Amino acid sequence: MPVLRWLRRHLIVIAGLLTLAYMILPNIVVMVFSFNKPNGRFNYSWQRFSTDAWKDPCGVADMCGSLSLSLQIAVWATVGATVLGTMIAFALVRYRFRARGAINSLIFLPMAMPEVVMAASLLTLFLNMGAQLGFWTILIAHIMFCLSFVVTAVKARVMSMDPRLEEAARDLYAGPVQTFVRVTLPIAAPGIAAGALLAFALSFDDFIITNFNAGSTVTFPMFVWGSAQRGTPVQINVIGTAMFIIAVLVVLAGQLIANRRKKAQP
Amino acid sequence: MSLTKEAPPAPATEPVLRKPSTRRRLVPYWLLLPGILWLVVFFALPLVYQASTSVQTGSLEQGYEVTWHFQTYWDALTDYYPQFIRSLLYAGTATILCLLLGYPLAYLIAFKAGRWRNLVLVLVIAPFFTSFLIRTLAWKTILADGGAVVDVLNTLHVLDVTSWLGWTENNRVLATPMAVVCGLTYNFLPFMILPLYTSLERIDGRLHEAAGDLYATPATTFRKVTFPLSMPGVVSGTLLTFIPASGDYVNAELLGSTDTKMVGSVIQTQFLRVLDYPTAAALSFILMAVVLIAVTFYIRRSGTEDLV
Repeated sequence: MPVLRWLRRHLIVIAGLLTLAYMILPNIVVMVFSFNKPNGRFNYSWQRFSTDAWKDPCGVADMCGSLSLSLQIAVWATVGATVLGTMIAFALVRYRFRARGAINSLIFLPMAMPEVVMAASLLTLFLNMGAQLGFWTILIAHIMFCLSFVVTAVKARVMSMDPRLEEAARDLYAGPVQTFVRVTLPIAAPGIAAGALLAFALSFDDFIITNFNAGSTVTFPMFVWGSAQRGTPVQINVIGTAMFIIAVLVVLAGQLIANRRKKAQP
Repeated sequence: MSLTKEAPPAPATEPVLRKPSTRRRLVPYWLLLPGILWLVVFFALPLVYQASTSVQTGSLEQGYEVTWHFQTYWDALTDYYPQFIRSLLYAGTATILCLLLGYPLAYLIAFKAGRWRNLVLVLVIAPFFTSFLIRTLAWKTILADGGAVVDVLNTLHVLDVTSWLGWTENNRVLATPMAVVCGLTYNFLPFMILPLYTSLERIDGRLHEAAGDLYATPATTFRKVTFPLSMPGVVSGTLLTFIPASGDYVNAELLGSTDTKMVGSVIQTQFLRVLDYPTAAALSFILMAVVLIAVTFYIRRSGTEDLV
């Protein structure tokens, strides 16, 4: 049977594409249902086509406020985690110092721990300190759990750097600062950028740790969580779809720039 | 600066060791200080606080005191062991499913995609950019009663089999273990695929050719060459999937029912609604211990110690 033979030969490709379909399906559903006009409070079953939600994306009380709060927290958490994480990564790769093992495990452990454990223990600390839960406690928590991921991303890049480039810079009379700014930083930049992007995505989308440490402050994921109980407005799907499209465009633009650079300097 | 004062250039392979001066020697500590301090204060210290909370007794009104009341651990385990077992079972099943589903896709991207590689990679990462809660809610639509998926599974009598196994109930998928595992698998698939892809991509294609030249069938090549070389990806992928899945309560709450509650739900409820801090702390400590022991054991067994 030729069909069977074809299937067998392309088994991996077919299985891979099916997995891809499984991963994309919910995004398509989110997109399609952003054009729905539901009958009740919940946007789970298709009724009829409408662009109402797209015309009035902020028409739901408190949603866009929570969205802008999430963006602010994500930006600051990215800045904080990227700066602190990059410093740690350079120290780990470039220098020898005491307590290396302990520091390595301190960086590894947050990634090897269920989020709910970190969330609960951090809340215990804040309650004991009598801290006011809100923007600052969320930001502190986000920098904490993003840090390790930034360290890992930057470390991988710095490790693969050719140290002779920096030596060459020094041999050409560049001072330590000049060497760092003109040589080291540009080479490490892709790793730092990857770490920063990861931190942004993790922070923006975080729910469990935020839910524990937010008090009465509502971030966008918390808004979505609440709406799953109260009723899901179509606008949620609009925001989800818009985020998806923007992100894909950003990634594609980045690839285009990278391709052009590659062509410019063979 | 004169040339003669320069230290002799270090050999290219050992750039780390420069002539140490006191100022130089302090540089790594200054670089480490802020970040490590952050982790000590907001990650390690909270764990100590939580350990202390778990052995305290008292009430919200009168305050808590450390009384070394280890009974809390025992009570928490006897009250909530079904949720514990369920969490490990669901997370384990989801991890295995992620590996089975993710491996072909990672393999496809690494070896078969050709010029489509970047596009497929973007498609794998792209779902990340829509809030995972929104995407999890989309599964409510996909798996809805009377929806296409349930209808097809019904016609093929798949649901009869899964009902018999206890994965589904009454010919519906939503609010059953199957829906929760499906959601967990979906949510953590990228965490499996990316490490798998990274380790597969590093494999030298000539190894496959060599295996073929030595009369290995494709299946043997996979078993003896490709799979062993992808082990680091398999190990870190399974860890990145199992650890977050074991503590997750989002999928269980959104797609499941009260019979599918996982231990994360219990911790959240005890902490944020019941305000029984000692029980919540004890539960989350038990979860942490179980996961850490499992992870350590797993890493030892698989012999990949340098994951970070």
